[in-house]
Amino acid sequence: MARAPSPDPRQAAESVFRRESGQILASLIRISGSFDRAEEALQEALASALASWPGRGVPENPGAWIMTVAHRKLLDGLRRERTAREKQDSLLYETATAVPPPDPDLDEAGMSYPDDRLRLMFTCCHPALNREAQVALTLRTLGGLSTPEIARAFLVPEATLAQRIVRAKRKIQEAGIPFEVPPADRLQERLASVQAVIYLIFNEGYAASAGSGLLREDLCAEAIRLGRVLCDLLPREAENLGLLALMLLHHSRRTARMAGGALVTLEEQDRSQWDHTAIAEGLALVENALGMGPAAGQAGAYQLQAAVAALHAQAATPGQTDWPQIAALYGRLLERQASPVVALNHAVAVAMSVGIEEGLARIDRLGAAGTLDSYYLFHAARADLLRRLGRNREAAPAYRQAAALATNGVEKNFLERRLREVEGAGGLPRSSTA
Amino acid sequence: MMCQRGLTMRYMMLIYTRERAAEMSASERADIYDRHSKVIADASAKGIFLGAEPLGRTTTATTVRVENGQTLITDGPFAETKEALAGYYILECPNLDEALEWAARIPTGSKGAGGCIEVRPMPGLPKRPEAVPEHGPSALA
Repeated sequence: MARAPSPDPRQAAESVFRRESGQILASLIRISGSFDRAEEALQEALASALASWPGRGVPENPGAWIMTVAHRKLLDGLRRERTAREKQDSLLYETATAVPPPDPDLDEAGMSYPDDRLRLMFTCCHPALNREAQVALTLRTLGGLSTPEIARAFLVPEATLAQRIVRAKRKIQEAGIPFEVPPADRLQERLASVQAVIYLIFNEGYAASAGSGLLREDLCAEAIRLGRVLCDLLPREAENLGLLALMLLHHSRRTARMAGGALVTLEEQDRSQWDHTAIAEGLALVENALGMGPAAGQAGAYQLQAAVAALHAQAATPGQTDWPQIAALYGRLLERQASPVVALNHAVAVAMSVGIEEGLARIDRLGAAGTLDSYYLFHAARADLLRRLGRNREAAPAYRQAAALATNGVEKNFLERRLREVEGAGGLPRSSTA
Repeated sequence: MMCQRGLTMRYMMLIYTRERAAEMSASERADIYDRHSKVIADASAKGIFLGAEPLGRTTTATTVRVENGQTLITDGPFAETKEALAGYYILECPNLDEALEWAARIPTGSKGAGGCIEVRPMPGLPKRPEAVPEHGPSALA
């Protein structure tokens, strides 16, 4: 039996694929103007790698090797098609500028390709595509996840997800969505869409869910990876840093926030289990981001939320949390986006800094509008403040309502546990609060 | 840059508005007229203008439907409260982003009328499909 050479060719090919397929694919799409052709060429190049590396050994720069071979496959395919169908080159964006590929066996380590991932991000997150399509396409083309993996992570049938991707690619081609970085006057608006997609992917992974824990973790890791790419490609955009910081700081608590399948609140988490490397990186990013904004008062929403997460991360114990500062940050966030959800967070921070009664009064004022009636966190926050005040008889129905509205099993379990606690405790006031 | 080789697409911009012209003042109608004129003049100057026309109101619409060899003619359809197709532009643009930018300049009605523009690519007439000879499943084997 042949012994596997080291490094293992199949593993090498797979790791290149996960790490670099986004960049290679982006480049192939620019050259061919077609997602499908680019994907086909990449698949063929991978097959070549798997056929050739076991015999010849893994090349020094496997990514460049695959890129070069894929590039050649792509041009071969285009040439074949052109001869077959004559003037049918209307699908090409710019074959004129396509460089003939060098021989992959020559100097593959010295090869460098322009990074087209930024264009790809803007195309995948184009507002002419619906959000679900943006998410699926971004994960499929820029991420290292396969269609079945994405489908399982989003709990949709594989066929549904595949169909979503096919439809999105077809719209890009047929409606002429450009493969470009938008001009300066459109950049902010379009960048916001890219950031929203990345954050949505993160949140989908972060939402504590009973099943598929590992895949959820993969989604978070993918979102962070995409956030890093965005920071690398557009490092002067403070909100890119804010978004990455926000995700890192939340993700740093991933181990501590779950214990035996049950949710552990921030207050009850074992802070020694937090990922301090991620926290250090997140804190540095927040500082950088806030330092580069035009004025401190104009920090964007991701930066403000990251600053809140940073304050939690810096508190060695729950009692040391700088709640007044958090309340101030939510106040600023509220000025930017006057949503009831932000107002709810602000009210909780006020409760923890100014006084529980004051926070509760604000929550009740918010509730009077009725817009938060079906939002489980509204009832959960209200219940929590009532519990802290020892008003257990009022807390119980609020917990009950929150648990009834929560769709996530883990969160529902947590709320039901709290409900049993307050029901068991009866009207006895609790001594400590925060 | 991407479309240096003269690769452009035709886009139809469908104008949907509430039919409230009668409620518009003369100066509002003049404003809409001027804005259309400006878009048409600018698009013509760029050489991308392929046409634009208003449509008659939905009260003048007639629907023809052929069912079982019978031609059915009906009055309408009428827009009632919803936005109705009121006119179109056809422009030749290198990509959707540019088409969207033009679309955003097309007036869709007076202040209160709202309205929107639907942008659709015009792929051109397809090739006549080749008739595929019909075989039973066994022919595939």
